[in-house]
Amino acid sequence: MTQPNFGIVVFPGTWSDRDCRYAISTVLGYRASFVWHEDLNLDGYDALALPGGFSYGDYLRAGAIARFSPIMERVTEFAAAGRPVIGICNGFQILCEAGLLPGALIRNSHLEFRCEWVDLRVENIDTPFSHRARVGRTLRMPISHGEGNYQADRDTVEALERSGRVVFRYADREGRSVSSANPNGSVNNIAGIINEEGNVLGMMPHPERACETLLGGVDGNAVFQSIADSVMKFRLP
Amino acid sequence: MARVRVTLKPTVNDPEGITIAKALGRLGFESVDQVRSGKYFEITLDEDSEPRARRQVGEMCDKLLANPVIERYSFDLEGA
Repeated sequence: MTQPNFGIVVFPGTWSDRDCRYAISTVLGYRASFVWHEDLNLDGYDALALPGGFSYGDYLRAGAIARFSPIMERVTEFAAAGRPVIGICNGFQILCEAGLLPGALIRNSHLEFRCEWVDLRVENIDTPFSHRARVGRTLRMPISHGEGNYQADRDTVEALERSGRVVFRYADREGRSVSSANPNGSVNNIAGIINEEGNVLGMMPHPERACETLLGGVDGNAVFQSIADSVMKFRLP
Repeated sequence: MARVRVTLKPTVNDPEGITIAKALGRLGFESVDQVRSGKYFEITLDEDSEPRARRQVGEMCDKLLANPVIERYSFDLEGA
C-alpha cells in the first residue's frame, strides 16, 4: 500500500513548510508536497498540515488574513469530510481564526517572543495525532512564537476539558502541568486542542523541529506517525 | 469615512496595555489606573447611503477587522 500523502499548505509568509516536509518525508518516509494557498485542488491528500510562520506578516491578527485565502474553503471541506488537519503555530492561529477550532491565540503574557524547548504532557492519546504517545508521558519539542497565549471564554474551556479535547499541556520535565512551565500565559497551560469531531488539531509547539537527535530530540515524530497510522487505518476496507 | 476602533473585551487580559500602564507609572503619571490597547482604522468608502455604509462597516468588523472571540468594536461615520 502506498505511503500516506501529506499536503503542506503554504501561505505568503509561511516559514516552517520546508521543515515540515523534511520531517514528514525525508525523516519519516511518507509522501509530502506543498499546496500553494491559491491552489484549489486537495485531491489525493490523506492529511493536511498548516505549518508555522507569519502568514501575511501577521497583519491585523495572526492568521486573520490567511483565513480568507482561497485554499481555506477547501481545507474546511477537507476537515468536514473527517480527514486529519494539523495546524502548527501559525497554522493553529489560522484554524482558530477560521472557526475550525474554538478560542484565540493572543500576545504572550510577558510580551516576549519565546523560542525554546518545552515539555508537553499528553492528556489524550485517543486522537489521530497522539495515539503513538503515552498518557502522562511528556513530549519535548520547541516553541517559537510571540502570540501563543491560548484564550477562550470559560464555557469553551470547560467544554474542552470535559471532553478530553485538550491534547497537549505545557508541563515540567516530570510531567507536572505547573504554571512555571507555561511559556505564554495560556489558560490551563493549554498547548494543543482538537475540534469536537477529533480530526482537527492545533498546537503551538513545533513537532517538525523535533525530528532528529541532531536537532535535540525526536519526540515530534510521534505526532506525524500517529497521523500516518490513522490515515492507513482509515484506508483499510 | 469610517473610523473603526477595535479593543479587547474587558474579560480578556491585555498584556500590552498592562505594560504601557506600568511604563506610564514609571514616567511619573501616577494617576494612570489602567490602559487598554487596541487598533484603529480609517476606511474611506464610496457609498452615498449612510445606512448602507453602516451595514457594510459592521460586516467588515464582524468578518475581518475584529475577532469576536476576544475583541469588540465601535465606529463612527463621517460624510465627505
